Amino acid sequence: MPGSFVPSSAELLRFLPEIILAVAATMIMVLSPLVRDREQNALGYVSFYGFLAALAAAVAAHFDPGPAFNRMVMVDGFATFFRVLVIAAGMLVTLASYQYLRREDADCGEYYALLMFSVCGQCLMVSANDLIMIFIGLEISSISSYVLAGFLRKRREAVESSLKYFLLGSFATAFLLYGMAWIYGITGSTDLTSIRAALAGQQAGWSGVLLAAAAALMFVGLAFKVAAWPFQAWAPDVYQGAPAPVAAFLSAGPKAAAFAVFVRVFVMALGPISGRWEPLLWISALATMLIGNFAALAQTNIKRLLAYSSIAHAGYVLVAVTAHSEIGTTAVMFYMVAYALMNIGAFAIVAHISRKGERYLELEDFAGLGERQPVTAALLSIFLLSLIGVPLTAGFFGKFYIFRAALQADLVWLTVFGLLASAVAAYYYLRIIVIMYMHEPAQATADLEPLGGALSAAVWISALGTLVLGVFPSPVLNFAANSALLAR
Amino acid sequence: MTRLDLCLALPLAAFLLLLVVPRGRPGLSRWMALVASLVIFAASLSLLVGFDRASGEFQFETNIPWISAPAIRYHVGLDGMSLWLVLLSTLLTPLAVLISWRHISSRMKEFYAFLLLMEFGLIGVFVALDLFLFYVFWEVSLVPMYFLVGIWGHERRIYAAVKFFLYTMAGSVLMLAAMIYLYNIAGTFDYRMLVSDLASGRMQLGAAEETLLFLAFFLAFAIKVPMFPLHTWLPDAHVEAPTAGSVILASAMLKMGCYGLVRFCLPLFPTASRDNAPWIVLLAIVGIIYGALVAMVQPNMKKLVAYSSVSHLGFVVLGIFSFNQLGLDGAVYQMLNHGISTGALFILVGFMYERRHSLEISDYGGVATPAPKLAAVFLITSLASLGLPALNNFVGEFLVLQGAAKANFTWAVFAAIGVILSACYLLWLYQRTFLGEAGEAVKSHMRDLAPREWAAILPLIVLMVWMGCAAQTFLPPISAVNARIIERVDQGAVVQVRNRAVTPGEEAPRAR
Repeated sequence: MPGSFVPSSAELLRFLPEIILAVAATMIMVLSPLVRDREQNALGYVSFYGFLAALAAAVAAHFDPGPAFNRMVMVDGFATFFRVLVIAAGMLVTLASYQYLRREDADCGEYYALLMFSVCGQCLMVSANDLIMIFIGLEISSISSYVLAGFLRKRREAVESSLKYFLLGSFATAFLLYGMAWIYGITGSTDLTSIRAALAGQQAGWSGVLLAAAAALMFVGLAFKVAAWPFQAWAPDVYQGAPAPVAAFLSAGPKAAAFAVFVRVFVMALGPISGRWEPLLWISALATMLIGNFAALAQTNIKRLLAYSSIAHAGYVLVAVTAHSEIGTTAVMFYMVAYALMNIGAFAIVAHISRKGERYLELEDFAGLGERQPVTAALLSIFLLSLIGVPLTAGFFGKFYIFRAALQADLVWLTVFGLLASAVAAYYYLRIIVIMYMHEPAQATADLEPLGGALSAAVWISALGTLVLGVFPSPVLNFAANSALLAR
Repeated sequence: MTRLDLCLALPLAAFLLLLVVPRGRPGLSRWMALVASLVIFAASLSLLVGFDRASGEFQFETNIPWISAPAIRYHVGLDGMSLWLVLLSTLLTPLAVLISWRHISSRMKEFYAFLLLMEFGLIGVFVALDLFLFYVFWEVSLVPMYFLVGIWGHERRIYAAVKFFLYTMAGSVLMLAAMIYLYNIAGTFDYRMLVSDLASGRMQLGAAEETLLFLAFFLAFAIKVPMFPLHTWLPDAHVEAPTAGSVILASAMLKMGCYGLVRFCLPLFPTASRDNAPWIVLLAIVGIIYGALVAMVQPNMKKLVAYSSVSHLGFVVLGIFSFNQLGLDGAVYQMLNHGISTGALFILVGFMYERRHSLEISDYGGVATPAPKLAAVFLITSLASLGLPALNNFVGEFLVLQGAAKANFTWAVFAAIGVILSACYLLWLYQRTFLGEAGEAVKSHMRDLAPREWAAILPLIVLMVWMGCAAQTFLPPISAVNARIIERVDQGAVVQVRNRAVTPGEEAPRAR
């Protein structure tokens, strides 16, 4: 509706998830000072129900797809898919944080508010159809994440983590913004659809170097957000220092949103010039897989190990982006769901086992878990087997789709190296299983209580999701496949 | 739901049931595992009823969609080759439960649960007719074996378990890539559709393409068989595994590799199979002789049996790549024979270990004096394994050698050396452990066979004699399947020759 500055009610409905998240987060901020210290926990419920309402709104918005706010926002299947994903991830993390915060004496409403703001930013990112909107969403998401990473501010590692994340993150965002400016300069538009049209329509005139440079600048910013080579170095330090539930969140929500942007920008908007960025992504994907997997081999700290593993997984997903096809997009979408489930589950269990102050984070601290806490050990094994990519788990289907897309795009060598790298990965995941089941019980597992409360809900939901998607991936896959068609 | 689906569903159901048994009742889980595995065996025996032995077609087929896009189907079926392999797996599982009865004392529930999961994976591998489904079962069977070795094994169990997992995984990911590649060309994972498309020429693979795909499949199977020089995981895994693990590993799991070669490599890539046969056969023969020689000098009984497996499975590969009916029949028959006689050897070695707590040959000697029945059973098993006529291995080895001789006489000559060597190491093993003066330790520890142990070993002894004397009970269904495979391989070769004939550049040097 050009000329009208008042958005129609249909447009507002399409934007409802973000509105709900922002309102609920603000409400928590307002309530927080009013609630007594030991009842701060109750704000977790507000956040949970806020997420639930946003989830419902995201699903409802799907039934009336279309643009909003002068095409700044585009609610299509792709956006809905990722909105549901990031909101659900936020919800699982809320559940996983509940006992954690109480244990660390860090009960406070701001945590939940920040989480919701971050998710709100991610929702914006995934439904944005305009470079400006993408940037705003990214900033909302990132700034909240920087604070979350250093939330336990009395811990030195947390401060280090937060500062590193912030400094490097702002540089990366600056690169992204610069890249956007170039794109705008070349095509004269920030609207993704118009950019695509402009690039597809142009023959000569624009210098190829300029285009390649613009794509490279955008790549820098996004590669940082997904922790892809050569901008992956922050991930291990940040994950290690951040509270375990926040690490789970970082590896699920922001990463999924960043990949959604990756697809929207590269596959859709910059699709016509794929020849220019494909080699770049090819190299980055390969190096990310290799570095992530080989560096993880040497880790003894579980959080660092999972951080390197998350780098490796970003590499797999980049393979699917490199394929830049509908199947590739489907593979990205499916993988992000699988990855969010298994990683949140794994980090939630790590949060539980590490105990107050996160004392027990060495791999050896897991020794004897299989005997003392068989259920916890079995659940963690499911997540690890899924991360390896053993059939009947979601992780396997995710990898399968990615490499199928890659082979269809004739990326044969990337596939071969990727699969071999994932065989290497089996070693370090198996090592955790070995320690849990085959080593003499360690002191760390001696007085561990069983999983309970909200945390166990988060873990069980993730585990069931991992298994169900491993056996019946069709519903999610079909939805993803249909949405991948809409993405452009 | 056919009887075959039932055979596949029962182990999974039993596995899940065992998981919910309370931990405080280990005895219950043991009994449940035994009863369940016997029921599964009975169910699998029922497959024999109404099985058309003369047709090489798949029977008891189920073909329903599992995942819509990409088209993956739950497609299972049974032919003469998979029939026996399924029966072998279902027979060995109750025996594995029996031999673990006292041996496994910690975490019983998990142990028996993993045995049943293993059985699920094994049966699945042998009946899957969808490449993707096959891969799923292939990998699923990896997990329980990894735990069986890693948790209940001997001192270096962790090293062995991880090595086993990584070796197999590294091979199978390339197979996965090859499967996806095939899917992208053909649009289906269905085994039968792929074979018929390739045979009718609806789908064509370039020569380089076919060779690479063949190699990707072959590598995965060769690691599993295992073929020299990829066999190094096997002795480790066998020595460190608990007895039941060794038995399942040797008898059923190694057959997955052999089965894959016959089922997938030959019919899908006939030309590449033929082209690559010379060096594969060479490796097989090297494996036969090398395995036998290394077995001869092993001081450890389990290691000896493990290397004998390398040698025996060389025969299987030799038979497969002879590309004639005799060789292929012999290879498949030998797969079953190896499962039975090597399984029995591992069981007997396990019995001895339970008594004396040692696997070193030097700790034994004169066992026949305190335990004559054990000695007799061991002797029969050794004789079967070394290929004495009227016992099972003879039939298989004879057919393989005959087939190999038909393809290339030199092959048979060298392979026959392996038969002689196997007599050396097995009889020498028998002599050093069972004959001679019995030491104090041996006399006091070596009880004779208990009824439970009889129950575990007797079925295998009966089968050794049966399969040796009445091969006609088992061979016809196998031959029917193999005839089709040979036909497919020959047809592929004809196409290739025809293609060659039209390229003058290739014919010219030959004419000169």
